[in-house]
Amino acid sequence: MENKDKVLQEESWFEKIKEKIDPKHRKLISKLLIHAILIVIGLCMLIPFLWMLSASFKEELEIFKFPIEWIPSNPTLKNYASIFFNEKYNFGRFYWNSLEIAILMTLAQIVTCSMAAYAFAKLEFPGRDKIFLGYLGTLMVPFHVTMIPLFILIKAMKLVDTPWALILPGAFDAYGVFLLRQFYLGIPNELSEAAKIDGCGHFRIYAQIILPNVKPAIATLSIFTFLWSWNNFLKPLIFINSPEKMTITLGLKTFVSEYNVEFGKIMAGTTLAVLPVIIVFFIAQRYFIEGLALSGIKG
Amino acid sequence: MKSKKRSKLEKKEILTAYLFLLPNIIGFLLFSFFPVVAAFIISFTSWRGVGEIKFNGFSNYIELFSHDTFRIALGNTFYFSIGQVPLMLAISLLIAILLNQKIKGLKIYRALYFMPYVSSMVAVSFIWMALLHPTYGPINLFLKSIGFTNPPSWLGDVKWAMPTVIIMSIWKSFGYFVVVYLAGLQTIPSHLYEAATLDGANAWQKFRNVTLPMLTPITFLNVIMATIGSFKVFDQVYIMTEGGPGRATTTIVQYIYQTAFQQFRMGYASASAVILFLIIFIITLFQYRGQKKWVNY
Repeated sequence: MENKDKVLQEESWFEKIKEKIDPKHRKLISKLLIHAILIVIGLCMLIPFLWMLSASFKEELEIFKFPIEWIPSNPTLKNYASIFFNEKYNFGRFYWNSLEIAILMTLAQIVTCSMAAYAFAKLEFPGRDKIFLGYLGTLMVPFHVTMIPLFILIKAMKLVDTPWALILPGAFDAYGVFLLRQFYLGIPNELSEAAKIDGCGHFRIYAQIILPNVKPAIATLSIFTFLWSWNNFLKPLIFINSPEKMTITLGLKTFVSEYNVEFGKIMAGTTLAVLPVIIVFFIAQRYFIEGLALSGIKG
Repeated sequence: MKSKKRSKLEKKEILTAYLFLLPNIIGFLLFSFFPVVAAFIISFTSWRGVGEIKFNGFSNYIELFSHDTFRIALGNTFYFSIGQVPLMLAISLLIAILLNQKIKGLKIYRALYFMPYVSSMVAVSFIWMALLHPTYGPINLFLKSIGFTNPPSWLGDVKWAMPTVIIMSIWKSFGYFVVVYLAGLQTIPSHLYEAATLDGANAWQKFRNVTLPMLTPITFLNVIMATIGSFKVFDQVYIMTEGGPGRATTTIVQYIYQTAFQQFRMGYASASAVILFLIIFIITLFQYRGQKKWVNY
């Protein structure tokens, strides 16, 4: 009760202020307030990235000068040059490795998952629901729980320290099957029935009717798989040892801890890791945002 | 005649189905299903990844709870989860409500808040490490310039390290929940608000009696997802503090990583992985049961 009174009191205090303001201005003032809050939070998001970008073009001594010099007075490309032409920790190489792994994994996942999803959504076969339940069951178990047996398996396959150690386990993702199956179920069966009467085989129905109908879902799945692979750290940390095979996240961490490097170079490295993703995000924002509501489970 | 032909067709369809399933299911059994089963089995052995596999019953589990590092890691992970999830979801909901007031620049704000979410945890951890540097970091220099003579050393301080990791993690991920909440808010029919206005409800009452109840399904899902995510915390801790200072930020996943890949105690580490699984399993179970009980559709 006391609590309720307090709330009421606060409300009446709020109402009093509200009454003093000319009704004409009320809307404007509340809009301004909202924008003010949103802008402050937006700056909290943006400033760390701007600081990173600015520091990556600075000499080490200038980075921690205060007040902060947002636009470097003596911009230098030294940091970028030194990490790009580093013999052991070559960021060009890291980039290539991350790109190769992310692309191959995404492609393989789209092919295997979209096919398996077709079987689960559009075909009848004995044991279908039980097998699907098995897929759903593994969704609940995160990588962190299965990483030890997975490591032993990859080691037994002699794939440790190769890109395949990262590509293969991601190429058959149960989540991709689950997501695409949901979308296939939304496609009316009349479409494929009509095609069947016209003499189409299942492979043609899959390739020419189902796939074109779920393009946005495939785009979303691709973007998130790629992003997840590009940003992943724990998997490369476990599976990759040699510097020439590292991805950008692992390369950055190993480089920093081995050489105890200066912040300018670290910020050049983080800029390289983050910038392409942010650029792609701004271009394909629609797919990120729309996809999120659908692909919520992945994390 | 007819039925025979049909069963031939059916057989053909079954064969086609298996062909469609084949590429995925081989990889699924090998890389997803087998590791799940193996994780449980290995947790009852003293295996070190090579040599003979010897079962030792529950002794890994007994040892686990007698080690204070594991207990501390478990406690820290709960601390992280309880610190992160409610605060993060409250902020996300508040911002989503503000964004839903038909304001201009919605897309720009949403993109800004979402930026850290698409960036890698490793990269943003390095950025925050630099920003939070105790002596040269811009944050402490700023605090000193406005009169705090003795600002905390953040990640280097036993008391401050975990709250700092929590705040940074909220900064990294809340954009995701803003987007999900915003999508939820847009599905609330406007006639409910109109009816509330007619009844003389003020902004707080509308929030309390229309928005919150209508959002319970989404809030419920968000709580579960954020909680599961929070129990998997690893990257930011590994980069920024390596579990320190002392053991102040050591988490379960980090403990699994250390015991498995630095001490090579695969059996023992699997036991802690199984504990992590059980926690996540209980949360998921809670979701299925709770969905029926507390969610107003």
